[in-house]
Amino acid sequence: MIQQLFFIYFAFAITGLSLLVVTRKNPVHSVLWMLLLFFHIASLYLFLNAEFMAAIQVIVYAGGILVLFLFVVLLMNIREELRIGKYIGAGPTGFTFAAALLVVVFMSLRSFVAAPPGIYSIDLIKKETHTMVLGKLMYTEFLYPFEITSLILLVAIIGAIVLAKRRLKT
Amino acid sequence: MVPLSWYMLLSIIVFAIGVFGFLARRNVIIMFMSIELMLNAVNINLIALSHYLQDMRGQILAFFVIAVAAAEAAIGLAIIIALFRNKATAHVDEIKEMQG
Repeated sequence: MIQQLFFIYFAFAITGLSLLVVTRKNPVHSVLWMLLLFFHIASLYLFLNAEFMAAIQVIVYAGGILVLFLFVVLLMNIREELRIGKYIGAGPTGFTFAAALLVVVFMSLRSFVAAPPGIYSIDLIKKETHTMVLGKLMYTEFLYPFEITSLILLVAIIGAIVLAKRRLKT
Repeated sequence: MVPLSWYMLLSIIVFAIGVFGFLARRNVIIMFMSIELMLNAVNINLIALSHYLQDMRGQILAFFVIAVAAAEAAIGLAIIIALFRNKATAHVDEIKEMQG
């Protein structure tokens, strides 16, 4: 019962905060609401016995990506942003499309059939600790995708520098 | 015990809000934030399924999604900075050089 109450609070908070993120006129407000949203999502991960993912969510999203967003928001002209409308002309079409997507996926949720449960039960994870289980799996079965991920991050670093650097006068 | 379908419903709602923000907003940065919102919705779904189906691979997938989201944010914000430098605008409806 108390679990369900907590989940209902977090569900409403996450829904409301994401609505605030996409509807605020001032981008700085959007970024700050998003910070709160990421903390709520991290606490939802704690509910699901995923402590490592909650830590990663706070460190990478709230600590890394949002700071990046905030720096770029500082570059833009907030005064002009507050003056003109926040939606493009095709805004109602976007709303219709999103509502239709919501309805279609909601209808298809009814025919969801869960797969048979795997071997990683809660007792096993509690005995071995979550990070240990995740690390063992990641460095054995998923070693190759892990290395590819490191390559993707390298490409992102180089790409960001190349795209954002000032053109040299030749 | 919270049923699995509640988590999936929450994930769908957040994803739809992200789709709406991406399609309807004028500001490029808010559009990028909507993409992050959609990726977060997928992560909620993956971790909830991983917990209820007792399979760790969903969380590994969510880990990779977070890594790719970080890379995507870096590249996307670099593109926005290049756009500021060339056009001095952050509005998608003012960027229309490619129409015929």
